[in-house]
Amino acid sequence: MAENNKLLEVKDLVIRYETDDGVVEALNGVSIDIYTGKTLGLVGETGAGKTTLAKGILRLIPSPPGKIVGGEVIYDGKDLLKISEEEMRKIRGKHISMIFQDPMTSLNPVMTVRDQIMEVILQHNRISKKEAEKRAEDMLELVGIPAERGHEYPHQFSGGMKQRVIIAIALACQPKLLIADEPTTALDVTIQAQVLDLIQKLKTRDNTSMLLITHDLGVVAQTCDYVGIVYAGEIVEYGTLREVYKDMRHPYTKGLMASIPNLVENVRRLQTIEGLMPDPTNLPKGCKFSDRCKYATDKCREKVPEMVNVGGEHMVRCILAQQEK
Amino acid sequence: MKENKKELLRVEGLKKYFNTPGGLLHAVDNVNFSINEGETLGVVGESGCGKSTMGRAILRLHEPTAGKVFFEGKNILEYDKNKMKHLRRDMQIVFQDPFASLNPRLTVSEAIAAPMLIQKLYTKKDKEALQKRVSELMEMVGLADRLKNSYPHELDGGRRQRIGIARALSLKPKFIVCDEPVSALDVSIQAQILNLMQDLQDDLGLTYMFITHNLSVVKHFSDNIVVMYLGQMVEMAPTETLFKNPVHPYTQALLSAIPIPDPDYPMNRILMKGEITSPIDPEPGCRFYKRCPYAKDCCKNPEIGLREVEPGHFVSCERIGDPELSENR
Repeated sequence: MAENNKLLEVKDLVIRYETDDGVVEALNGVSIDIYTGKTLGLVGETGAGKTTLAKGILRLIPSPPGKIVGGEVIYDGKDLLKISEEEMRKIRGKHISMIFQDPMTSLNPVMTVRDQIMEVILQHNRISKKEAEKRAEDMLELVGIPAERGHEYPHQFSGGMKQRVIIAIALACQPKLLIADEPTTALDVTIQAQVLDLIQKLKTRDNTSMLLITHDLGVVAQTCDYVGIVYAGEIVEYGTLREVYKDMRHPYTKGLMASIPNLVENVRRLQTIEGLMPDPTNLPKGCKFSDRCKYATDKCREKVPEMVNVGGEHMVRCILAQQEK
Repeated sequence: MKENKKELLRVEGLKKYFNTPGGLLHAVDNVNFSINEGETLGVVGESGCGKSTMGRAILRLHEPTAGKVFFEGKNILEYDKNKMKHLRRDMQIVFQDPFASLNPRLTVSEAIAAPMLIQKLYTKKDKEALQKRVSELMEMVGLADRLKNSYPHELDGGRRQRIGIARALSLKPKFIVCDEPVSALDVSIQAQILNLMQDLQDDLGLTYMFITHNLSVVKHFSDNIVVMYLGQMVEMAPTETLFKNPVHPYTQALLSAIPIPDPDYPMNRILMKGEITSPIDPEPGCRFYKRCPYAKDCCKNPEIGLREVEPGHFVSCERIGDPELSENR
């Protein structure tokens, strides 16, 4: 991929939460690139640090206890971590916007949905209230909600419709980058299909880039161009969708894939990854996955393996993959 | 092969209605099926389709409005309180949310011992025997002995769900309703729990009713599957048959909506119109009518009911056999 259509670049981002129980090492040097018009999927389990990364990009980490310890987030030639809060506010919603996980709790219950869409439009555009109203109604229609329902309140909507409202808010200013944090996890499969379809359509229309955070490998396969597998605050495997899905190298990625019940083939027993995710206040010294890895050797426990290119854009953080190479 | 299997549970015309300020809510409406000993019946459907209510109505955790539930040939809806309490040894449930279904003030061993004390399998005096049984159960579900005195908040979701399973197993039941037992868990943990449940079924000859919205889980786990929509059964078939030859338009749409983790898998999602309609005072006729891509006037006929399209495969659709329906498979 050529350098010039890189929209956003995260370099070595480190985020910690300082709590009474110790320092939670939520994100340990994550680097990702997002290209114009492309979708990057981040997959990982609860507590892997996916949401922390998304919030880190938008500087929405609650502080205290959260702290961005190091790294850069380059957007449009600027490091978002260094600009003033005032400048950052101009970026949020206008250039980069976010869809949060839980549609039930991320809308304001005492504002009509039209007013909530108008809020972001008025924040970023110098236009009259009338015009903003019109645009908000257009947005509603665009996401498949009749404009006359705009003066209703969130509790009058179903889960799927609330998520549509949130998508309307996120896309109202036609951002360059959409960060979607588990946008369909709280929804039923048929509604999930509708919402994914809608996001895809709008994304193509405006050539928006997307960072999709999910734990569902199926959703990634259907929507993403690039994939990053996140484990204990690190990216352990990264590449194009095809590279990662067709030629997975990291034992964690393999374990994750094998543990999903397969609809296409029949397996009597599911493969499991033994054990649990390590405690982020007390991470293993070397490879974070070494405690659960079948192939781990003493060498794995000595130091954190580097990301190694194994061909194309495919990168893996595993000593074994290095040796294979 | 299945003919000589013994039927354990049979449900006939089961209904559960709730009175709400807006009208009568038809949560479960005229459901019929049976489960053979040692087999698993998967029940799938989206939120609000009545699958959990049905599971609870069968155990009389919600008193059914009408219908019959036969367990080992006897209609348990006629049982009085005492008989029912005794029957609970045979019929247990594992709940969905391992974070909400455990008493936060009981330790792991207390939580597991509770059902046995309630059922008077042990008295407080047989402390040693009871503790031995608790340890046995903990081992069976893969909980380390050192966790005996831990409280639920100290444990992760997977371990909590193991406690829920140990509690259900403590009374040596024959039948367990599993209400979304893995939905709240991460995939790698989900696989551990599913394998555990499968091993227990093999070892103890358990019969499961497995309620879930996750079709890949249900396919992996079940012998037969019931698909529910708005309180009604729309399709019932052996697992293989249902996935190979889904007949009801809702089943077809549901199957097509599952994201397959393979970039080469052809994606042709059937997008349904709108969302689930209200179960309060539903109009007569097919309840899927408003969202169905193939709906016609004949679908408003009041009595549709299940019809057998091939041995063991039942469908409730007015337009069975219509060539339009089979195009999308």
